[in-house]
Parts: sequence; C-alpha cells; structure tokens
Amino acid sequence: MDLSLTDDQKMIKETAASFVKKDSPVARARELRDSALGWDAAVYRQMGELGWLGLPLPEAAGGFGGTMVDAAILLEEFGKTLVPEPYLASVVLGGRALVHGATAAQQAELLGPMIEGERVISLAWAERGSRYDPEAIEARAERRGEGWAITGEKVWALGAHAADDLIVSARADAGISLFHVAKGARGLTVQTVKTMDGGRAGRVRLEGAEARLLGEPGAAGAALSRVLDDAAAAACAEGVGVATAVLWMTVEYLKTRKQFGVPIGVFQALQHRAVDMFVATELLKGTSILANARAGSDDVVERQRAVSAAKAQLSSGGFYVVAQGTQLHGGIGVTDEHDISLYFKRMRVLMALFGDEEHHVARYAALPSFTAGL
Amino acid sequence: MDLSFTPEEEAFRAEVRAFVASAMPPHLAEKAAVDGHFGMDEMMEWHRILYAKGWVAPHWPKELGGPGWSVAQRFIFTEELESAGAPILSPFGLAMVGPLLIQFGTKAQKERYLPKILSGEEVWCQGYSEPGSGSDLASLRTEARDEGDHFVVNGQKTWTTYAQYADWIFCLVRTNPSVKQQAGISFLLIDMKTEGVTVKPMLTSGHTPAFCDTFFDNVRVPKENVVGKVDQGWTMAKALLGHERTLIAAVGQSARAIQRVKHIAQATRCGDATLLDDPLFRAKVARLEIQLEAHRMANLRALAGAQLGHAPGPESSILKLRGSEILQQAYELAMDAMGQNALSWFNEPDVVPPDEHWVPSVFNYNRATTIYGGSNEIQKNIIAKLILGLPQVGKD
Repeated sequence: MDLSLTDDQKMIKETAASFVKKDSPVARARELRDSALGWDAAVYRQMGELGWLGLPLPEAAGGFGGTMVDAAILLEEFGKTLVPEPYLASVVLGGRALVHGATAAQQAELLGPMIEGERVISLAWAERGSRYDPEAIEARAERRGEGWAITGEKVWALGAHAADDLIVSARADAGISLFHVAKGARGLTVQTVKTMDGGRAGRVRLEGAEARLLGEPGAAGAALSRVLDDAAAAACAEGVGVATAVLWMTVEYLKTRKQFGVPIGVFQALQHRAVDMFVATELLKGTSILANARAGSDDVVERQRAVSAAKAQLSSGGFYVVAQGTQLHGGIGVTDEHDISLYFKRMRVLMALFGDEEHHVARYAALPSFTAGL
Repeated sequence: MDLSFTPEEEAFRAEVRAFVASAMPPHLAEKAAVDGHFGMDEMMEWHRILYAKGWVAPHWPKELGGPGWSVAQRFIFTEELESAGAPILSPFGLAMVGPLLIQFGTKAQKERYLPKILSGEEVWCQGYSEPGSGSDLASLRTEARDEGDHFVVNGQKTWTTYAQYADWIFCLVRTNPSVKQQAGISFLLIDMKTEGVTVKPMLTSGHTPAFCDTFFDNVRVPKENVVGKVDQGWTMAKALLGHERTLIAAVGQSARAIQRVKHIAQATRCGDATLLDDPLFRAKVARLEIQLEAHRMANLRALAGAQLGHAPGPESSILKLRGSEILQQAYELAMDAMGQNALSWFNEPDVVPPDEHWVPSVFNYNRATTIYGGSNEIQKNIIAKLILGLPQVGKD
C-alpha cells in the first residue's frame, strides 16, 4: 500500500501546478471559449514539448510509457483552472484508442506526431442512438479496393472539429472495427458543434468516407470498452481538480462575504454545507485514484468496478460540490461573469461524458463482483 | 502508486483469518453469523482469547503488551475481525483510557492500570456527558472538591456505557468553577466500588443493555488518580477523542451489513424473481456499496499517510462521519429488504429467518453511530474550524 507519488510523478505534478497557476489562469479558458478552435494551438504544442502528450502512451510509439495514473496527475491540475487544450480528447480518447486497438506500426505512425503536439487525434465513437453503449453502432464499413469506405454519422466527437486524424468505430462484416479517417478524406464532413463548457466537438458525417482499418477487423469491442474506461477515469481526475477549485473558492467567499454585519461563514448551516462539499471532494479523490490505478488492469471486473464506482461518485458527489458552491455564492454564482459558473458547466459536461451516474450504477450492479459470496 | 498489500501483509491477513476461524468458540461464531448483539460476558470472553494470543491491543507499544504491528497490519487486523463479525471489544479501556495513560500517565499509573486493561481483569467505562452537557461538553458540572489529599466528587454522568459491568470510570470533572469553562476541568479515574457511586442502567432502543446513568454522592477520590495535571482535563479529552475517531471507520462492519442486505434480498421473492433482481432495489444497494468503496479509499489514504508517519489530523473526522452514516444506511436497507418481516421484535426463531432476527434491533441501536463519539454535527463544526478555517461566532 503506497499512495505516494514517484519522483517523476512529483515533478509532473509540480510542473503542471506551476503551469496552471502562472500560464493558464481561468481567464485564459474564458477568453478561448469564443474562439473557433476552443484552445490555443501554441499551448498544445508546448504540452508536446514538455512531454505531457505522450505520458500515458507507449515508448515504442514515442511516448513516455506511463499509465493513466500519470495522466490523472496532469488532468487534476488542469481541472483546477479549466485548461482548455484537448488532452482528454487527443491523448486519452484518441491516443489510448490506438493503444488498445491499432497495430504497433499504426501506433508509431499516428501517435508520434500527436505526441509532438503537431497533430490532434479524435475518437468518433458515439452515435445518435448509442447513448453510452459503444457497441450500439449503425455506421457501416465496407471494403473498397485496398481500403475501406464508411457510411454513417458520429456525434459529440471531442476535438473532431480540429482533428488531423479521426479514429472511427464502424460495423464491418467481421464485427465492430476501428478505422483511421484522415482530415480532408473523400466523403468526410465534420461540422463544428459547441459544448456547454465553451469547448468544441465535431458532428462527423461519413458518406462512403475513405478509411483505413486499424488492428484486426471485428476486434474493436474490447478496445472501445477499454478506452472509454480510461476516459471515464480521466474525467474523474479532472473532476477532482474542478471540485477542489470550487471548494476553496467557496470557502474563501464564505470568509469574505459579509451580511448581517458578519462574514457569512460564521453561520452553521453554511459551514456544514461547506464541510459536506469537503467530504465529497475527499471521496472523489480516493475513487479517482482507484479508477486510474485500475484503468490499466486486464481484469475486466476489477477495472469496471473501480471505474464505475468513481464515475458514479463524480456524478453524485462532484455535482453536489459545484451545485452547492453555486448556491453558497448566491446571485453572483449564476452570472456568466463569475468563474464558478464556468466550473459548474465543466463538471456537468464531465458527468455526461462516458456514462452518467445511472449508467455506472447499473453497470456496477451487473458485475459478477456484486453478487460474489452470496 | 501501489494499491495492493505486500505478500507479507497478505500472509498476515491469512494468518489472522485462520486464527479467527479456529479461535472463535462455536456459541460466538453462531451469533456472529447472524450479527447478533454480543453481551458483556461474550465480549470479555473474546477479549481473553485475543489477550492470550497477544493480539488484544494492536495500537499499544510492544513493551506495554502490544503486538508491535505496522500500521498496515493493524488495518488488516481490524478489517478481518470486523469482516468475520467477531465481537467488537469495549473501547473504553483498550482504545481510550489506555492510550491516554500511555501518552500522559505517570509511571505509577501505567503500572497500576495498563496490565489489567490488557488482561481484561478490569473493565472501564467513560464519564463524560451529563444530563445538561452533551455536545456542549465543556459546560459539565460534576464537581470535584479539593479536600487536601483527595477530591470529593458530586454529580451525575450519563451515557456511561457498560457502567453496570465496570470496575473503573474515567471522568471529566470540574475542579475550578471560577475560570473559563475549558480551563477548570480535570481528568479523574474513579473506582466504581467507592462508596457513593450508584449506577442505574437503561436499555438502548435496540433493547440491549449498554447505557447507564452514574451518580456520585460525596465520592472520595485520591489525588493521584488525576491524569495529566489538575485543570488540564480538556487537553486530555481532546487527545483521547483523537484516539477514538481513528477507530470508527467501520469499513468491515459496513461491508458485512451490505452483504447481509444482499443475502436477505436474494432470499426474498419478488414477482418471478428475487428482490435482489429488482432493478430499483439493486441500484439502491449498488449506490450504497459505491459509497462504501469511496469511504474505504478515504480510509486507505489515511492509512497510507499514517505509514509515512503523518499524525492523524482532523481529516480523520470524515472517517467517522461517513463510516457512521453508511453503517446506518446499510441497516435501513436491510429493514427495507425484510418487508413486513421488519415488524418482528425478538420473536421465537421460526418467526423470521435467522438472517433477519437481529436486524430490527441493530437498526434501532445504529442510530447511535452518528451520535456517539461527538455527534456528526460536532464533527462538522470541527472540520469547518480546523480544516476549512471558517470564521467562528463572536470572532472576526
């Protein structure tokens, strides 16, 4: 039992903490939400130079050879000031989809430039009717000459509006498969859609789009399940950062806002609410550690149990923190001008991604571990 | 980052598990299987078994009779005992006054009291609350008047759990009425056999014997029975509360309670299937189990901190808060699972299944978990002040 960070991890944490504090205040996220890209390409490249984009990716492909625990350290810091660069989209979803589903040669080819910060990868898995089931796929893939052609529609593909490389799931005769569709490919249209938190995503239309098979045909179901577990764990880590920031922002407000001639933090009703926010944040930290540590596990039950517990906790406890943080700020909390409304939105987006509370409670309860020993 | 225990620690877990399985006498094992209430004689029987093995005081230093275990071993030991449903030993001697004496007692006090706490030869109880002083403990009025070489104690203590079985009581008493409340309190050890001490037991709402009122009518107590210095009792009380809070995460107990809920639900028909197959009920249980998982991780984080030598801070309050709430909720669900069987109150064995027999009693008594050891509202006051640094009433 050792929850302490390695020297490398401590360094990552310190560098990231200093980056969010000095170079990426919330004001930057606020500024970029109205831009076409939604993030700063120069900062994304800088993340590549720092080695951050290759953290949870294999060394053979130019990565750092780390795990989701390493990525989680970064994401928790990013959550504290709502860093808008597409880490979750490009590194976790795009990058780790390739790790789980592509051949070593394909990984080296596609991951290399992304790790350098030169390209953005996006995973297009969700469809209108799929909700949180990555295997509910209507997009069809058919052989065309040496390659493949995909027809279908994908929604809410994070980062797809600016992606150089799309990883698309589609159903082939052999079953669910992953494909690489390059930017500008024939038959591909990506429409930019806005997300509540100021981000951007893509609605991806594929009309016989030119594609290349990744890995083996029909073998992508497990890869999708794994990458979405990685992403859910990553969302939890970022959510810890969001909750932590909101907790302390709210405590500060309770100390300084005066009503009835006293700081409102003297009132016990508000103190206890703040304590409940603290407790929820501490619980999130623990479940996020567990989920990210287990994300890499080959034991499906162990992995899904930890990830679903954490994601359910994020949706209940994480939302509690931002909702009550808003409540304790009073009227100013529901203005666009106050930062807490940005944090509120980000938390709600993280909840909706990769399975909400109901989805994960149901998945948790369906695992064999739930009825073990009865 | 490594969330697993070492092979040595896992071997230790197996050793504890095997010992508990072989050492628990059949009549205790039978009761453990249904999570029945253990009486004082049964608790003391188990106390003596652990004492004989050298495992009765995991938190004590080796030279005073502790087993010399690491933080992880203590954690595993507690988890295994709770998971097996073994009697939970009375904390007043082993976990409360014992550690306090180890920290602050004189050499003579340690020699006089510690060996008999360890062996179980002397049973202890706690004299803190009074009818007019619960959460506002510092307002206590039981008075110890200075009569030269001894004190004369007068007053009433309440919630003196197990006082009817106790040989000794540790008390907070007022030794100086003319200073700030907290500055006039002393920590006093009183022999229950002293003339003028009377005990009036009362049943808990679970219909089990535990609580008492204890009255002091001109009770003479030698001055050497003060722990720490006269008027320093409040400091002692705070130190003791720190010891107490780290022990009530109750992860193993809650895990056991949730397993009981599942057992009952699985044995309960609901339509064409069982109650455990009912999606609504199953989701309720899953949500609670996820809460327990989060709580267990908080406990492991505290354990990891302790392994690095960090003292348990006020953060340990969250272990008490969540542990007590989850245990309560587990029994609420067990009652839900029982349906109309939840009406049952100490009936003949064939009225409800053995699995369910004790549930209504424990359900009632478990309302105490969020009250004892400093109510959860008091715990929240502590976190608000010490961790969040929120302003206090009357101060700027």
